Amino acid sequence: MNLVRDGWALTIRNLWHIRRNPERLLDATVQPIMFTVLFVYVFGGAIPVEGGYRDFLMPGIFVQTLAFTSFGTALGLANDRKSGFVDRLLALPTSRSALLVGRVTSDMLVTCLTLVILMATGLVIGWRPHESAGSIALAIALMLLFSLSMTWLGVLLGCIVSEPEAVMGVGFIVLFPLTFVANTFVPTSGMPPVVQTLAEWNPISAVTAAARELLGNTNASLQTSEAWPLLHPELATLLLCVALTAIFAPLALARYRRITRG
Amino acid sequence: MAVSARGLTKSFGETRALRGIDLDIPRGSVLGVLGPNGAGKTTAVRILTTLLRADSGDATVLGYDVRTQPHEVRKRIGLAGQAATVDEILSGRQNLELVGRLYHLDAASRRRRSSELLEQFDLTEAADRPAKEYSGGMRRRLDLAAALVADPQLLVLDEPTTGLDPRSRNDLWDVLTGLVDGGATLLLTTQYLEEADRLADRIAVIDHGSVIAEGTASQLKREVGGERVAVTASDAADVTRVAEIVATASGAAPQVDRDGRAVTAAVTGLDVLGRVSEGLHAAGIEVDFLGLHRPTLDDVFLQLTGHHAENGAPTTADATPEGADA
Repeated sequence: MNLVRDGWALTIRNLWHIRRNPERLLDATVQPIMFTVLFVYVFGGAIPVEGGYRDFLMPGIFVQTLAFTSFGTALGLANDRKSGFVDRLLALPTSRSALLVGRVTSDMLVTCLTLVILMATGLVIGWRPHESAGSIALAIALMLLFSLSMTWLGVLLGCIVSEPEAVMGVGFIVLFPLTFVANTFVPTSGMPPVVQTLAEWNPISAVTAAARELLGNTNASLQTSEAWPLLHPELATLLLCVALTAIFAPLALARYRRITRG
Repeated sequence: MAVSARGLTKSFGETRALRGIDLDIPRGSVLGVLGPNGAGKTTAVRILTTLLRADSGDATVLGYDVRTQPHEVRKRIGLAGQAATVDEILSGRQNLELVGRLYHLDAASRRRRSSELLEQFDLTEAADRPAKEYSGGMRRRLDLAAALVADPQLLVLDEPTTGLDPRSRNDLWDVLTGLVDGGATLLLTTQYLEEADRLADRIAVIDHGSVIAEGTASQLKREVGGERVAVTASDAADVTRVAEIVATASGAAPQVDRDGRAVTAAVTGLDVLGRVSEGLHAAGIEVDFLGLHRPTLDDVFLQLTGHHAENGAPTTADATPEGADA
């Protein structure tokens, strides 16, 4: 009971933060919107994709953005540790897990909001899903599950690295290659063989392929890869989420227990 | 007893932060824990507020064991100071509301208590501005207010005025004096001798993780001895003659300060000051200062540890002059 109440109190606190400092939400949305505009109007013309580049691009943008949200979680935790807020919290009769629950809950709410903004942006520039409402809902659910699984990585990072700037640094070094050496922005068929193999087995590609399939933003001409994750993208995504959670949740929780024990 | 600690030890790797500390605070009284940076004050506070576990030793706070009943302890204490901080992004009112929620106060009590405290600490005008726009003094007052949200039975203040300018420090001291007069039980750590002298009923002096002296401010001062006559020669060349004059006038062995201009000696009678003054006048020696020096907590510290209290603390070593410049 206390956990729910205290977790909610800290969720509200984090949402107050966003209302006071909307920059963070802007950071989460402005960059993908910029990428969208850049790729559609600058690079897109040079990237021949059957069925239209806009439909191809948007699922890639969604997945890249959701991959980055885990670093928002890491950043939030690092900031709270550095500022002394965690210490204040631990001296209160507050559930030990409330910080984590509040962080993850508010970050998931931000993620949902970000996804809504990006989908709206996509609709404005001409992206259209071509599947049933049920399938679209499934696509959204799968992407959010992926985001939640990535959160464990964020929790772990936020508990290990206490300098917010360092968190940003690690985030960019890991996530930029991960989200670019993939099928997110261009089809893998045009890549040199080694890079192509890397991209096809990159888990981000599986998630993107799953989103494209469920949103109806793919066609036979794009499904050229024989790599297993791209032949079964939904299953591969589910397995990825299970693996991320199974590996990083215990590590993250062990670290979290260490910082909240003092 | 609000706080009773026996034999607390804590090491961080090779560093022995606490080497067996005993502390007692009766309800309704104020204990000042005085020591330089790194003496172990914050470690002791963190153990007593359940933020850290001692390696050995026992402590009860308000009758609850900090090791086995930390939740009961947390419900009844308030912590402010360097170990706990305000949320800079939130407004003053939001900070207090949040802390109220986390102490599980109902909505009406939260609202009432936040307004009361903002009023009490003179923050009503700034209540809805983010705390990062507050001055250092306002931030400390908000921090203190947050610690008081749930009417704690024990208030723990970890260096509440460190880093404040003298004016804000004085303001905060007035606020704290008000709380103390209202009967609050307080554990206060400080590197400022004047702060402990002003606020605490009893003072525990810690250095290198041990309590090296405990008592009231006047007990500690008495350990150092009574008043001393002090003379500072204008010219260092005169210091030997000044020492002779002081020795003759007081009949006690004079001490010459390290900088070679100040001479002090125990006061043996009421007319010592007059006789020193006459002697200096007759010898035609110019002095910058002639007067009585009352022992301060800095003298206590020097006596007990062999070194001054550090870190640019506003020591009162040369305060309380009671004579006139000659």
